[in-house]
Amino acid sequence: MSAPIVKVSNLTVSFLGGPSPICAVNGVDLELEAGETYALLGESGSGKSVTLRALMRLNPEKKTRVEGSILVGGQDVMALSRTELQAFRGKTLSMVFQEPALALDPVYTLGQQIAEAVAIHEGVSQAEGRKRALELFERVRIPSPERRLDAYPHEMSGGMRQRAMIALALACKPQVLLADEPTTALDATVQIQILLLLRELQRELGLAIIFVTHDIGVAVEVADRVAVMYAGRIVETGSVRDLIRNPSHPYTIGLLRSRADGALQKGARLETIPGSPPDLANLPPGCPFAPRCRFAIDACQTTTPEPVTIRDGQIVRCLRVGELEAV
Amino acid sequence: MLVYLTKRILYTIPIVLGVSLVCFLLVHLAPGDPLVSVLPPDASEDLKQQLLVIYGFDRPYWEQFLRWVGRALQGDLGYSIASGRSVTTEVLRAVGNTLILASVATVIGFFFGLLFGFVGGYFRDSWIDKTASALAVVGVSVPHYWLGMVLVIIFSSQLNWLPPTGAGPGASSDWQPDWAHIRHLILPAVTMSVIPMGIIARTIRALVADILSQDFVQALRAKGMGELGVFLHIVKNAAPTALAVMGLQLGYLLGGSILIETVFAWPGTGFLLNAAIFQRDLPLLQGTILVLALFFVLLNLIVDLVQSLLDPRIQRS
Ligand SMILES: Nc1ncnc2c1ncn2[C@@H]1O[C@H](COP(=O)(O)OP(=O)(O)OP(=O)(O)O)[C@@H](O)[C@H]1O
Ligand code: SF4
Ligand SMILES: [Mg+2]
Repeated sequence: MSAPIVKVSNLTVSFLGGPSPICAVNGVDLELEAGETYALLGESGSGKSVTLRALMRLNPEKKTRVEGSILVGGQDVMALSRTELQAFRGKTLSMVFQEPALALDPVYTLGQQIAEAVAIHEGVSQAEGRKRALELFERVRIPSPERRLDAYPHEMSGGMRQRAMIALALACKPQVLLADEPTTALDATVQIQILLLLRELQRELGLAIIFVTHDIGVAVEVADRVAVMYAGRIVETGSVRDLIRNPSHPYTIGLLRSRADGALQKGARLETIPGSPPDLANLPPGCPFAPRCRFAIDACQTTTPEPVTIRDGQIVRCLRVGELEAV
Repeated sequence: MLVYLTKRILYTIPIVLGVSLVCFLLVHLAPGDPLVSVLPPDASEDLKQQLLVIYGFDRPYWEQFLRWVGRALQGDLGYSIASGRSVTTEVLRAVGNTLILASVATVIGFFFGLLFGFVGGYFRDSWIDKTASALAVVGVSVPHYWLGMVLVIIFSSQLNWLPPTGAGPGASSDWQPDWAHIRHLILPAVTMSVIPMGIIARTIRALVADILSQDFVQALRAKGMGELGVFLHIVKNAAPTALAVMGLQLGYLLGGSILIETVFAWPGTGFLLNAAIFQRDLPLLQGTILVLALFFVLLNLIVDLVQSLLDPRIQRS
């Protein structure tokens, strides 16, 4: 097996500045092969976006403490200098944002915004950049691409904007694409189109994608592997197949069981487990899921579960994993 | 674009008409006798009637209004009651002086206002920001006539570096671009620049902070853009709003400041207005207000047009 294209070990991110630090990410390990799609699944506030931003070093530098190691395409992201970081962002690692209406600059045309990215990384002329933008627009199948290059973001529909955002992210042929809930803001039918597009691009370009979502249906649709995140930790990770057939962490089980028909449809949110996630500024010792866990025992209140490999590629952080699997 | 332009220009016609009506009414509905400044206290009733007829004050208001507008359209604003000189000449000279003062104040105020606003907003909570914000607060809260007097005390009375009043040596009211005249310009211009500086700095700072918190700034960084590039994007995003604020401030400055022009005896429109009010010089008052109001209308028009050029989101159909 080749070296992974993304390797994150023991990543922790906390935000200072408040009365007590907010521990948004608490020891995340993540490995991604080239060409693989990895879904990061979790409810709101579980630290998915913070994790992605950490990969790009986009969290506000002054008030954020980041620990652990991040290797992307063989580069140690944490050690990059300012200029190296600029060369890295958008070139090695690129990002599609949740809300394209907000992530595109409203006073520049889409063509300008893409040409700009190409100019930053390849130093080409405006005309050359525009040519690339046109190719990309055709690639993401935006109708009448020539005309749309001169459109401003507000002149396009949500789906078209997200296509343009994807075109922008792919402008400099990155190796890894981070997609932060790229379809959440879109209508159901448009969502599917965008997912299909991403999957197709991923195959054609051999992209590795980390895909953040809180929709299991979407995760199953796009991903090879899924990581379930809870309170800044990955509580279970495995292939889509294993996770669906053998969910082993009580949180994952809850997520799947809570779906009455058991079918994995789009648009189903992860809101059906009673209780709410812990306060990240004041994490309890032990398992963060304990207050909401049906299987909690006394030890769960005091002992932090370590990752346990239960079968090839499926790793679970739960003290009772052995017993529960037997059930 | 052309359609928008034409439409926007046509819109100004009713505004101008309304403005002139308001000018007229304001002056005429105010209590007091319009002839009080020219008549000796013991003037006979006969003389008074005669003068009323000469100035047309005996006619019904609507007729006076129409005549006034009709003549104004030909550039004739009547004659000053107090000095007997043509109002148009007086106003134009004052406008010239005010323009000189206002443009210098504008350059100073806008330059520092934009500098403080952009730099303070971009480096929020840094010492630069704190200094700039403090200056801006002082700028908008200190009464400017007071500041004017303090500056006069320091730089004229104590240090004797700059003249305290007037537009030039020997009470001349015709400005010339030589050092003797420029010296007279410095104190009033600085005093006048403080308010727009403060307002612009504060508005831009808040605007920049707001823009910085938007996703697209992060997205710009995510595509590998350096901080200088990001800053330029922010400037372009801030430009339409910044321009609107600046246009408004420019309007206030061009309107002349009665207080500052009075403190520094600067022969501009504010000074003229002050004189007209105290002498109840109706034609002069009306004429000055009208010219100032037209200025505002014109300025708003220009700001709107430039804004629509800069901001693609403004409907151009
Ligand atoms: N700059 C910041 N300063 C302080 N706290 C932050 C900051 N950014 C994120 N957080 C906190 O970190 C936690 C995780 O946020 P994150 O955005 O990663 O959640 P998420 O999993 O992406 O949720 P969602 O599905 O709602 O996008 C949240 O509690 C959030 O309030
Ligand atoms: S460790 Fe305990 S509380 Fe946590 S998920 Fe497992 S059983 Fe539940
Ligand atoms: Mg998020």
